[in-house]
Amino acid sequence: MTALKRVLPYPLLFLALLAMWLLLMQSLSPGQILLGTIVAFGGCWLMVALDPPPTGLRRPVAAMRLAGRVFVDVFRSNVAVGSIILGSDERRTHAGFMSLRLDLTNRYGLAILAIVMTCTPGTQWVHYDPASRVLMLHVLDLVDEKQWARIIKQRYESLLMEIFE
Amino acid sequence: MSEAPDLPLWAALLVSFFIVVGALVTLIGSIGLWRLPDFYARLHAPSLGATLGTGSILIGSMICFSVLQSRPLVHEVLIALFVTITTPVTLMLLARASVYRDRIEGNPGPPEQDPEPTEL
Repeated sequence: MTALKRVLPYPLLFLALLAMWLLLMQSLSPGQILLGTIVAFGGCWLMVALDPPPTGLRRPVAAMRLAGRVFVDVFRSNVAVGSIILGSDERRTHAGFMSLRLDLTNRYGLAILAIVMTCTPGTQWVHYDPASRVLMLHVLDLVDEKQWARIIKQRYESLLMEIFE
Repeated sequence: MSEAPDLPLWAALLVSFFIVVGALVTLIGSIGLWRLPDFYARLHAPSLGATLGTGSILIGSMICFSVLQSRPLVHEVLIALFVTITTPVTLMLLARASVYRDRIEGNPGPPEQDPEPTEL
């Protein structure tokens, strides 16, 4: 195991990069597999230089549930923001900033939460202060802060904490 | 596209549906850039095109080329993946830079201090 780790520090990343290369090239020819192996190998050693804190996919079921929730919410919020854009002028005046204290501290978890917040139209991650653990975000339809806080904490943060902590 | 006539009717309808929906959603997002009142509200508009807009067009593309070549083609998923993980970087940078500048210049928009955290 240690011998494998010395040659191939991130086996999963290696496989993912190789798969990405073959998908992009649309080919399974030996030449492309060789090129993909070289690229994936280089990518793994670049990761070693970056020295990221360790993580692991410990809870694949929770990760799938999160992906499903995000998928549904992205669809819903696209419809919501679309109707705000096309609706009456009055509906576009509720935008505003709000803050929220997060219990999640894992860096990967926060990164995923940031991607989710930004990819769902209607919420925009602005600033996170790791010392006070307060996240400031901008919301397009800010009628009830508590409702947004509930959505973020109960729909996403609880699952992310289950996955990463 | 020279191969278009080979597409069976059901596939052609399905592909056109997804591409028209994707184009409409992206168009609504672009209209949002014009109709929304200030910079921070406008930050929300492009993500319509980056999520549902891109997604529908990619699904249309996957169906079209999978039917034409009679084998499943899924490399469009990579486009969705890259768009999803790169757009937040730009939008967060823009938002933070704008908050920083507006606070220094004393412009209306972001609050002087971070708002009090909402407790449940």
